[in-house]
Amino acid sequence: MSTQLLTYLFVGLTFVLYIGIAVWSRAGSTKEFYVAGGGVHPVVNGMATAADWMSAASFISMAGIIAFSGYDGSVYLMGWTGGYVLLALLLAPYLRKFGQFTVPDFIGERYYSRTARLVAVVCLIFISFTYIAGQMRGVGIVFSRFLEVEINTGVIIGMVIVFFYAVMGGMKGITYTQVAQYCVLMFAYLVPSVFISILITGNPIPQLGLGSVVNDGSGLSVLQKLDNTLIDLGFNAYTQGQKSTIDVFAITLALMVGTAGLPHVIVRFFTVPKVSDARKSAGYALLFIALLYTTAPSVAAFARLNFIDTIHQTEYRDVPSWFTTWEDVGLYAWTDKNDDGKVQYAPGAPFVGTPSFTDGRGDQGQRLISNELTATDNEVYIDRDSMVLANPEIAALPGWVIALVAAGAVAAALSTAAGLLLVISTAVSHDLMKKTLMPQITDKQELAFARLAATAAIIIAGYFGIHPPGFVAQVVAFAFGLAAASLFPAIFMGIFFKGMNREGAIAGMVSGFLFAFSYILFFKFISPELNTAEHWFLGISPEGIGAIGMLVNFVTATAVARFTASTPQAVLNMIDDIRIPAARDIEVS
Amino acid sequence: MNSNEHGYHHEGGNLPEHDEGGVQEPAVKHEVIDAYWKANIRLLVILLGIWSIVSFGCSILFVEALNRINFFGFPLGFWFAQQGSILCFVVLIFVYSRLIGRIEDRFHIDDHEHKGDMENAQ
Repeated sequence: MSTQLLTYLFVGLTFVLYIGIAVWSRAGSTKEFYVAGGGVHPVVNGMATAADWMSAASFISMAGIIAFSGYDGSVYLMGWTGGYVLLALLLAPYLRKFGQFTVPDFIGERYYSRTARLVAVVCLIFISFTYIAGQMRGVGIVFSRFLEVEINTGVIIGMVIVFFYAVMGGMKGITYTQVAQYCVLMFAYLVPSVFISILITGNPIPQLGLGSVVNDGSGLSVLQKLDNTLIDLGFNAYTQGQKSTIDVFAITLALMVGTAGLPHVIVRFFTVPKVSDARKSAGYALLFIALLYTTAPSVAAFARLNFIDTIHQTEYRDVPSWFTTWEDVGLYAWTDKNDDGKVQYAPGAPFVGTPSFTDGRGDQGQRLISNELTATDNEVYIDRDSMVLANPEIAALPGWVIALVAAGAVAAALSTAAGLLLVISTAVSHDLMKKTLMPQITDKQELAFARLAATAAIIIAGYFGIHPPGFVAQVVAFAFGLAAASLFPAIFMGIFFKGMNREGAIAGMVSGFLFAFSYILFFKFISPELNTAEHWFLGISPEGIGAIGMLVNFVTATAVARFTASTPQAVLNMIDDIRIPAARDIEVS
Repeated sequence: MNSNEHGYHHEGGNLPEHDEGGVQEPAVKHEVIDAYWKANIRLLVILLGIWSIVSFGCSILFVEALNRINFFGFPLGFWFAQQGSILCFVVLIFVYSRLIGRIEDRFHIDDHEHKGDMENAQ
């Protein structure tokens, strides 16, 4: 069977599986729709959380980013896992004890204020939509590369599938499809990694393979060989960072705190039966996530090594077919600067910007580009997002592995998209309609609103997938920076600082949000030419500014709370109640 | 339903009413909550201290120094940044889950379903 036919088969089979689960687990009440009835086993929830969390960015992009940035890529590895420690230790158990449906629910009740709830809703919707645009795009890339359908058709197919199980099943449907999606995506990630690890080092465990000796007789470990190869080509060593220490520090912190403040992750912990289950569940979630996140650095290093080995100083006529396939998709480009017919790979960009292809072909058969060339020796343009998808082909693995990776990438994108759609629809139906605008609606009507909002959200997300804003990569900084600067501090202080009151929390969220928002807007959109270290505040890039935004939030909130009316006694009792796991009455003092 | 189902399923933003669950649990004294909370904070400070040492310390601030040490083919600082810290994070969550469970048992404020009443309280 051809690779393409296998891909159709694998992706098709997984779709049948997801829809089957959706039909089986249809939601009948708002409690089932919002929190899957609140009776999900911690291990099941852990697996669903892992799929919810691991998006197209984790599956497709992360290893590619690490492959081309080496040590600096660690910010994503640590940032996107370290946040779970904050979540498990500081937020999840208390929010579970609080026992309602949404993040704005907690903020609204804890700060006894509709305004606080609405501020939280605005932050949540903004964060979730920036995040979802990237997922739909990921689905589109996979479909166009492996199934050779138009990106638009791919996005629409993805929308229909998500519509089916998110709108029908709500959180209940999403939970069980996410479990299936975790298995698909993890298997798809591990199989090629194990194969490649065996090919390069003989060690079947990729995590250990990264430190093992390369079986080319050189006696060097993978990392040593990669360091040497890169230094020979004029790059910096793979294991050495280029970013400043303060920036690495700030980005890691912003990603960690942002992760803990992402609403679609937090709500997953509302679905387990007990407080102690919320903690355990976060542990299992991180365990399942760590399986992929500790494999990714190995995938990255193997891919970079393989890539250089097969491409550098190779005649263009002799390059493997994967190179030309990706060139046809428009994610690779080669320009023969020194007219020797060979591909030279060196530091720096080969030309200015992303490739703009002309219709013509060069004398070697390469696609011609019209970009202005740079002075570097580098002749190759590689889109980092292609690395994980191309990896099995680069290592010449069989067609079924390639098909499996395609199905895994689709699973990663769909599972995250569904989780995000759910929190958006919940924010609209529950926080906006039921709790603010139309408190008299029945449970049935609220459920109808939730389904309606989910449908609208899917259509908007699909629109972003088909007409991607040119800034999908940049908006990721937004999602994490804003979550770190707005939601996390408000929830954290709500649990740990009894003195934090309505005025303080609102002032904190608004100031943190506006600070991070305007900083990112300025450097990423208004004056991108100024986006260099010497113009940054304290040398911190827009990606890391959420860490400072969080401090702004804390300081503003604390200052305002000091000079305004203190927290009412009833709320203080509620805080006491969420602090203990047991559902026993508290002695009223 | 059992006691762990007890949330705030009230409408319209009122504050918690505790007698909707049927079975009236004995009241928890404020001193108990305060003592429990102190023990919890101490545990959190220790574990988050370890959390920041492995991530911000070993993987970022002291990465250069640790990279001089070879650890199973890895420069140690690089290993912490790309594998070690993640493994520590997983362990930290399970350790917290276990230890806080013991503290809760000690203060009789755990959420075990069939756990007895408060008769054995010290």
